[in-house]
Amino acid sequence: MSTQLKPTDFGTPASHSDQQVTLEIDGQSVTVPEGTSVMRAALESGIDVPKLCASDNLEPFGSCRLCLVEVEGKRGYPASCTMPVAEGMEVRTQSDKLNELRRGVVELYLSDHPGQSVTPDGHGDDELLQLADQLGVTEVRYGRDGANHQDVEPDASNPYFRFDSSRCIVCSRCVRACNEVQGTFALTVDGRGFASMISAGTDSDDFLNSECVSCGACVQACPTEALLEKDVIELGMPERAVTTTCAYCGVGCSFQAEMKGDDVVRMVPYKEGKANHGHSCVKGRFAWGYTQHPDRITSPMIREKITDPWREVSWEEAYDFAVKRIRAISDEYGRAALGAITSSRCTNEETYLVQKLARAVFGTNNVDTCARVCHSPTGYGLKTTLGTSAGTQDFDSVEKCDVILVIGANPTDAHPVFASQMKRRLRQGARLIVADPRAIDLVRSAHLEADYHLQLKPGTNVPLVNALAHTVLDEGLANEDFIRDRCEVDEYAEWREFILRPENSPETVAEIAGVSADDIRGAARLFATGGNAAIYYGLGVTEHSQGSTMVMGMANLAMCTGNIGREGVGVNPLRGQNNVQGSCDMGSFPHELPGYRHISGAEVRAVYEKEWGVTLDADPGLRIPNMIDAATGGTFKALYVQGEDILQSDPNIKHIAAGLAAMECVIVQDLFLNETASYAHVFLPGSSFLEKDGTFTNAERRINRVRKVQEPPAGKGDWEITQDLAQALGYPMHYNHPSEIMDEVARTTPTFQGVSFERLDQLGSIQWPCNEEHPEGTPVMHVGEFVRGKGKFMLTPYVATDERANRKFPLLLTTGRILSQYNVGAQTRRTENRIWHGEDWLELHPSDAETRGIRDGTLVAVASRMGETTLRAKVSERMMPGVVYTTFHFPETAANVITTEYSDWATECPEYKVTAVEVRPCNTMSEWQKRYLDDRENQQRIAEAETEKA
Amino acid sequence: MRIFVPADSTAVSIGADEVAAALRSAGLDVVRTGSRGLYWLEPLVEVESGGRRIGYGPIQANDAGTLVEALQAESRDDPRCVGDVDELLASQGQQRLTLGRTGRVVPGDWDDYVAHGGTAGLRAALAMEPQAIVDEVKASGLRGRGGAGFPTGIKWQTVHDQEVTPKYIVCNADEGDSGTFADRMLMEGDPFCLLEGMTIAALAVGAERGYIYLRSEYPDAHRMLEKALEAARANGMLGESVMGSGQAFDIEVRLGAGAYICGEETSLLESLEGKRGVIRFKPPLPAIQGFLNRPTVVNNVITLGSVPAILADGGAAYHAVGVEKSRGTLTVQLCGNVARPGLYEVPFGVTLGHLINELGGGCASGRPARAVQVGGPLGAYLPPDLFDTPLDYEAFAEVNSMIGHGGVVVFDDTVDMVAQARFALEFCAIESCGKCTPCRVGSVRGQEVIDRITADDDRDRNIALLRELCETMIQGSLCAHGGMAPFPVLSALNHFPDDFEPRTAAA
Repeated sequence: MSTQLKPTDFGTPASHSDQQVTLEIDGQSVTVPEGTSVMRAALESGIDVPKLCASDNLEPFGSCRLCLVEVEGKRGYPASCTMPVAEGMEVRTQSDKLNELRRGVVELYLSDHPGQSVTPDGHGDDELLQLADQLGVTEVRYGRDGANHQDVEPDASNPYFRFDSSRCIVCSRCVRACNEVQGTFALTVDGRGFASMISAGTDSDDFLNSECVSCGACVQACPTEALLEKDVIELGMPERAVTTTCAYCGVGCSFQAEMKGDDVVRMVPYKEGKANHGHSCVKGRFAWGYTQHPDRITSPMIREKITDPWREVSWEEAYDFAVKRIRAISDEYGRAALGAITSSRCTNEETYLVQKLARAVFGTNNVDTCARVCHSPTGYGLKTTLGTSAGTQDFDSVEKCDVILVIGANPTDAHPVFASQMKRRLRQGARLIVADPRAIDLVRSAHLEADYHLQLKPGTNVPLVNALAHTVLDEGLANEDFIRDRCEVDEYAEWREFILRPENSPETVAEIAGVSADDIRGAARLFATGGNAAIYYGLGVTEHSQGSTMVMGMANLAMCTGNIGREGVGVNPLRGQNNVQGSCDMGSFPHELPGYRHISGAEVRAVYEKEWGVTLDADPGLRIPNMIDAATGGTFKALYVQGEDILQSDPNIKHIAAGLAAMECVIVQDLFLNETASYAHVFLPGSSFLEKDGTFTNAERRINRVRKVQEPPAGKGDWEITQDLAQALGYPMHYNHPSEIMDEVARTTPTFQGVSFERLDQLGSIQWPCNEEHPEGTPVMHVGEFVRGKGKFMLTPYVATDERANRKFPLLLTTGRILSQYNVGAQTRRTENRIWHGEDWLELHPSDAETRGIRDGTLVAVASRMGETTLRAKVSERMMPGVVYTTFHFPETAANVITTEYSDWATECPEYKVTAVEVRPCNTMSEWQKRYLDDRENQQRIAEAETEKA
Repeated sequence: MRIFVPADSTAVSIGADEVAAALRSAGLDVVRTGSRGLYWLEPLVEVESGGRRIGYGPIQANDAGTLVEALQAESRDDPRCVGDVDELLASQGQQRLTLGRTGRVVPGDWDDYVAHGGTAGLRAALAMEPQAIVDEVKASGLRGRGGAGFPTGIKWQTVHDQEVTPKYIVCNADEGDSGTFADRMLMEGDPFCLLEGMTIAALAVGAERGYIYLRSEYPDAHRMLEKALEAARANGMLGESVMGSGQAFDIEVRLGAGAYICGEETSLLESLEGKRGVIRFKPPLPAIQGFLNRPTVVNNVITLGSVPAILADGGAAYHAVGVEKSRGTLTVQLCGNVARPGLYEVPFGVTLGHLINELGGGCASGRPARAVQVGGPLGAYLPPDLFDTPLDYEAFAEVNSMIGHGGVVVFDDTVDMVAQARFALEFCAIESCGKCTPCRVGSVRGQEVIDRITADDDRDRNIALLRELCETMIQGSLCAHGGMAPFPVLSALNHFPDDFEPRTAAA
């Protein structure tokens, strides 16, 4: 869907008043909500008012003085951006006098401006030049040789954009965007009067070395070309825009891919995007260059053995090769020896097809997805307690929150666009409780401070949440009305007795979690009595041996305080990947068909048996860890992996590698030769999000359209490849377009009943469930009634993980993400984002560092009972003594060499967040790393490339 | 025998401390006061005699010996004797409604303050309903003395009527206009008067917290205010219960950082909040959304300092002084090229010419006055044929001028009005906050255009451009800084066109 390149900017934010005001603008009667600016009232009525400093995502500022108007009965020429409408007001936006004043201002601007665009395209992206044209300013009578800023060197330090003072009109839109939209407060105006200049902090700070997080809000806000994408300078102005959805995290930001010819010039966050409202982060905004990276594989490849070099072949040859092996394995070992892994990076339609391929074509329920290693406990826990495997709210709900409890999530790094929205609410006065072993940015940053930072020891989430609930009940703060009306009373009574036991008291838990009882009680009181209270959580909750227990514990807390079923409350998982929600929705789990319906249900199976024309196995298939175990045991032989790199992302890499090595047919479908591909026999080159149509579903259950703007380098969308493979295996699968796949999903899945591409184009996006009852989708769930009927309190006794610090491994390692890199880094490592984070590091507390002789930058070996790896240390007060932290973005580090086989009791989600380790200074890579890197080089050879070199 | 020597920073700058030390070493009982504002007589030494104060000045330390003799003799024949100082002020037509105690009392001495009528206004206010206090101020006709001349009672009414709390009283003590010193004189000479005025304002509008935003260039005033605040708290005027009324009010002094623009009320509020001192657009008015977005009275020192007298003697008594819509007195600060510079608190209605020639004694240089700038660096330059303009807000507006904070700077006939016009823009540029374009860029371009005019480069076209620029700045600027900087320029162009003609080569 092509959209307007620059959507109309109404100059000032919309007013939400119920009172209407009628005024007259240029003789036209206009009615708008009270509190609307005269500027917005005019622009909404199609009356143009010149402006440079005003933008409808920023509070009015009144600096550029171009939007001056005349108001009947008022002296002078007030600025329309800062003047609210009044009943009966008569406004003129055009007159000779106004034009004279506007020309006067534009002429002043132009006296300190190069006067032409930096791009080769007319006025490029410079609204000042466009306005000068519009107002007929053809001459600068002041000349251009007076005092000026024309000799200031542009700051090109940021890899994606540059700041050129000579084009800056000091309107502060960038500063205000950084403050109001992004909430980082990195920019300021330095100096005063004519010396005023935009600055990224102190004199010596350039953009790169400042606190700037490269979200792009300033670049977008800039009305001139002072802040401009380097790509635009290089490629020229875009000519058209296509709306699509970001392929990074689970926020699911809408973007406009701005195109020139067939090339993407830039990605600009889409103002109408309901998840991001026109905001973005460094990844979605700038880090899409991996789609053009030379590492992209553009031809199918096969090899007999993983020690052979890859051989580029035709699609047909690759399919033939795969089909022969799959058939042979099926014949020899049975269908149970086959399996597939769906991708949370791919579209809903592609995911649906992969699970269909497994169930209908392979004839096995051995299908799983990467949610296994992230949010599977969310699905389990929320379904058990509330009745549905998804978050309860939309993102906008946070704007109604009074108390925000963030547990095991680091939104400013991992979900930055939502974090900005949350921070805005916090700046408005919402209170904040952070439960995290690390002092994440939210704990204290610009204009922000948590009321409580519950700095708990890794692995003690469950006792902490129990103690919070204990306090609520113990101090009589429970919402008894809500519980009586909305929840199962018997379960509640049982739970109440359980939670009030002394073992769950803050005083007992203080010892276990390392958080003071006073803080626990204070936080619980705030949560229970502070108004609308919402829980936002991430993998710090789920990736534990009691991940599912913790999810249920949070649901208990939300229910007992009545914080569910309306705006501003809820239990909100912040999902990691762009389509991890969707891949789960689409039936990626071995035990569930699309829509979270258990495979054992004959009725549900009948729907698909009819649709697919096959008989389905009634028993759940293997989960990823089971597949690997079965492979090492010799009973699992063939795996089709679409868009996932289990060898880097899954725990206990050595075991995964052994499992893959034991298989006879590993088919990897990806953009790059990833780590898993080192063990593959068939490589099918996939397509990036820019290269296909489809949908992604974000963390708020919002189905967003993905639109094709480029051809896949290898010629096929991932859905086409899966379809080809099905056909090659003799199964009739014929979709002409992904929309037909979604139609099939809608036809067979009640919660998706009303979803279609046509409907998505109309509405922009849809939050499931979307059916006859909710024809436009469901922003907030469990309103009036839980999906399961009554909310169910679950007993959540604390069972400590077996992974404990001991004499040999005295520290606890926990893992997480950083802003500039994304998960296994396959995408972001192939962008300029490396400039911020070029390697993983190990964060540790100064006291732990000192006793081990470790300084900032020291190379250290981190060893667990599973393995050892080497990386650099970063000494940081963010950590608590006894706890160390690393990211897992670089295969060279292979953080998952050290993580253990322990996992969530219910879902086998790995316990990434607790590993007992020891850290010591060292001077070389671990033996494992050396061998691994050697092997990888060997296993990633491509025959033709070698021929060419020779 | 008590001897009074000013500790006012003007007097000190020309030797008052040394004089005081010399007199003390001669065994005299020296008391330090503020200044009477008779700057051409400073250091002015006064001796108490029969309930009257006899003045001698100007005095230097090496005159101390002869002065001691004269003082002891209470000699009126001494050539340095100026007679009864209060009589002198009265003979000038001064009515000290606001600065009545300044120069008489020992600043910071609570008992002395009360003995000289201090707290009478506050006591009267405490017996009144808040609305009655507002009504009294309205009845007085008091207008803001900081420059804008907005009716104080109406501003207070707006804040009084707001339901939002807390509310704040902010005193603008960022006295930055060239040639002005009335605020400083009051703060150094009678600080309790300001604190009392603020407390009355607090009672009127329901504020519990006040701030004095003081320019950092006034260290003596700062010390004096801190001393007075301590004494006011110790004596129950400030604190949990103002004079035992149960109403809480306290005041904090916050220092500026040297920006003229922070004398503009919205920039002042930004700065007070700890932010960069840039202009906020209005509306919302500070009275509705001021300090921390709460209803706030922002008044100048002299405005607030006028309030105690209004409450003590009634609004009607104050209103009885002055003319038209300009009631009460104006604390004129006469300076520049003038024989008798100083502070003259005179009723509105006195003409400019009377001020300059009768009170000021004409130019210090003995040459004829050619121009006078009223109302600070952004005020218009008026020629002698407008010297009959009475001190009256509306009368000044009629001649495209303004009274402002009451600063009057006199120039003799050697003044170069092109240079003065350029200086206005230079000042505007140096002190511009930089937020709006007409001011930020216009003030710089204006200087360049004047330079071209001076260089006789395309004169007529550049004069036309200068006039057009002035219009852009007046109509387009966000605040009065850029909006008024063209006034001196235009007044120079209009009243002194000859100065813009080509210069003949110097003889």
